[in-house]
Amino acid sequence: MITYRRRATPLHAARAGVVVAWGAVLGVATLAAAHPIALAAVACVVVVAAWSAGAGRQVGRAVLFALPAALLIAVINPLLVRQGLTVIWRFGEIPPFGQVDVTLEALVAGAVLGARAVLIVAVAALLAAVVDPDEVLRGLRRVSFRGAVTAALAVRIAPVLARDGRRMALARRSRAAAPPSPTARERVAVVRAVTTGALDRAVDLAATLELRGYATATRVARVPRPWSRHDVGIAASAAAMAALLILAAVEGVPRLETYPRLVTDAGGAAMLLAVAFVAVALAPLALRRGVAR
Amino acid sequence: MSALRFEDVTATFPRRDVPALRDVSVDIADGEFVVVAGASASGKSTFLGAACGLVPHFHGGAFAGRVTVAGMDTREHGPADLGRVVGVVRQDPETQTVLTTVRAELAFGLEHRGHGPAATARGVEEVALALGIEALLDRSVHELSGGELQRVALGAALAGRPRVVLLDEPTSQLDPVAGDELVWLLRRLNEEWGTTVILAEHRLERCLAAADRVLAFADGALACDAPPRDFLTWAGTQAPLLATPGARLLAAAGLPAPSGVKEARRSLRDAGLLDVEEDAAAPVAESRPRRRRRFARGADATALRLRGLWHELDGGRAVLRGIDLAVRPGERIALMGRNGAGKSTLLRHAAGLQQPTRGRVDAAGRVALLLQHPGDYLLHERVADEVSPAALRGAALDHLAERHPRDLSGGERQRLAMAIVTGDGPAPAVLCLDEPTRGLDRAQKAELAHCLRAGAPAIVVATHDPEFAAQVADRVVLLADGMIVADAPAAEVLSGGWYFATETARILGGAGGALLPEEGAAHLERRRRSLTEVPVR
Repeated sequence: MITYRRRATPLHAARAGVVVAWGAVLGVATLAAAHPIALAAVACVVVVAAWSAGAGRQVGRAVLFALPAALLIAVINPLLVRQGLTVIWRFGEIPPFGQVDVTLEALVAGAVLGARAVLIVAVAALLAAVVDPDEVLRGLRRVSFRGAVTAALAVRIAPVLARDGRRMALARRSRAAAPPSPTARERVAVVRAVTTGALDRAVDLAATLELRGYATATRVARVPRPWSRHDVGIAASAAAMAALLILAAVEGVPRLETYPRLVTDAGGAAMLLAVAFVAVALAPLALRRGVAR
Repeated sequence: MSALRFEDVTATFPRRDVPALRDVSVDIADGEFVVVAGASASGKSTFLGAACGLVPHFHGGAFAGRVTVAGMDTREHGPADLGRVVGVVRQDPETQTVLTTVRAELAFGLEHRGHGPAATARGVEEVALALGIEALLDRSVHELSGGELQRVALGAALAGRPRVVLLDEPTSQLDPVAGDELVWLLRRLNEEWGTTVILAEHRLERCLAAADRVLAFADGALACDAPPRDFLTWAGTQAPLLATPGARLLAAAGLPAPSGVKEARRSLRDAGLLDVEEDAAAPVAESRPRRRRRFARGADATALRLRGLWHELDGGRAVLRGIDLAVRPGERIALMGRNGAGKSTLLRHAAGLQQPTRGRVDAAGRVALLLQHPGDYLLHERVADEVSPAALRGAALDHLAERHPRDLSGGERQRLAMAIVTGDGPAPAVLCLDEPTRGLDRAQKAELAHCLRAGAPAIVVATHDPEFAAQVADRVVLLADGMIVADAPAAEVLSGGWYFATETARILGGAGGALLPEEGAAHLERRRRSLTEVPVR
């Protein structure tokens, strides 16, 4: 489970809004670009940013979690998509799919879709590890108070319930009559007990919210806060990445067309754009002054 | 002026026939420090719930009488309104924190009540400084220890500077150090800010010295309302289980009940029973790990043996560092140490629930482990479904077979969980218990201690409670930072310290190795005799 932990890094030091915007641009870049060079540039940014923010392990675990789904996409796409002209494998008649021909174009398109899925998960994991959820939810409370508090509780209680579940699993193992591996019935019993425990916790939390004035809450005021060098640096980085994305879209580089025939362009302009993208994305992470709080 | 007034209050929870509070009338003045005492289910929590409006607004049920808090009638004002004048801290700090970081948590209540950004920031800074948690402000609540989390919960309750703060057994999950610090902090808030403190607590010896007044409940009714010393005199005859060990010790010596160690020592000194010179000269017990002597014994003499046990977290600290421990059959060992010292991890290794990163564990048979939360063992809808009928009979719970396990009392749950881990087959070679006295009152603790003393297998019990350790154990192992720092007979370890010592031992300064009031009384009697005997030349 990914949990926010304040560390002395530029991504943690910047305000939540600009880090979310910076991550959103990375997400848009992942969805807008299909060319492997562009995807590699985004991957490079995510890896270096996660490592420099001390979140490499968390992001790595999220990527491992997403890999099976990405592989599934990469495998299923060429089996199901009937586009592309370069047939590289003929499976013949396979019910219920009918005639199945694997094309190079569908294979590449599937790989690109899988890579995008992994990158989106990695970007989300990076944001979850470096953005203070309280700061995000505090902003949301101005828009939808109850929705934001509910989301805050979900963020807070998820690791508590995970811990409850681990404790109950341990208790199951220490029963006198516990078999080495639980039966399906025992698993259901543990899940039911964790659910009951969650309801108990929910009642206690509801009482806490009552006592803290949830029922009579007023609109939360905006907190004025001066822009730090990290706020400015990461906001400028997000703006520069967005400008490069627009430039790439206007110029049509790097170009990758999958159907009906694979057309790719990996010229100097594409490489230059990718390098520039990585440089502007990572530049603010070199600012180390004032990162601790 | 009244901070809190109850007038003929009777409260009954939904679907219950017996009132949880009966005809309670009490008036608590501004700035008082009040301790609420009583056995489990005696009405303490309901009293606090009624004082903050949760009873009846949140819990429902029937409510008669009138409660006013700082002039606000709880029938007209709900908990949210009353939250402006009352702060509440409950037993489990996990369910009292709502947000992810400490700073946001402290600000939450202030923001809800319409404080502006500057007032909120100031409130957060002031309460953090007052409670000494300013270094935690930007930490995530997931990273905090139980003691730190409880301080944050107290900070959240105090951030709006309420006139009254209500605390329901806030030290039950803390080690002796963190528990004493919390009580000391409450006394400081009471003295420096004039905050009215109302504290419900089972371990009265921890807080009576700080109190101005004690309210004792029995079966939902107010049984005693008196200053600490008068309460202890009353408890000596009317409710012996509420009497502190110090009170029992001095009562046995024919002296008036003291509210704390300082007062008890003064009484003993005045009576000539605590010699100043002897006290000053009393040697500090030397407690060393007994590794070599233990390993000199034969292998068949041990029920459990840990050899060079290490538990090192991947990318983290070493929780256990080269633990060597041998447990003989029938031996009863108390494992003590502050939170995070490695007690629970050691027990999990002993029971084979974790694999050591280095070292080994040898046991002469099955090692049963009762974990900290008995509720974690309760997976079914009926008590009868949790264990076999024979085990249920053994735990004296067969009359509750049709009840839902979660409807059992704390002590009954504890017995059921113990029956689940020991089973009805061959008795385990070693029974390990992790903090079994959590949330239990003195009667339930005494019952558990009796049960453990009667049991045949070797016992290893991790506990923060020196009184319980003294009742149960014949040997105490003190852990610090994953290492054994003391391993000696209970009389030696528990009589030679401040935190890991019983109240009797602290009063007597460790004299005679007395840990329990009865042993202390015997020591005082010997001393009295030695003083009255005429020396023969």
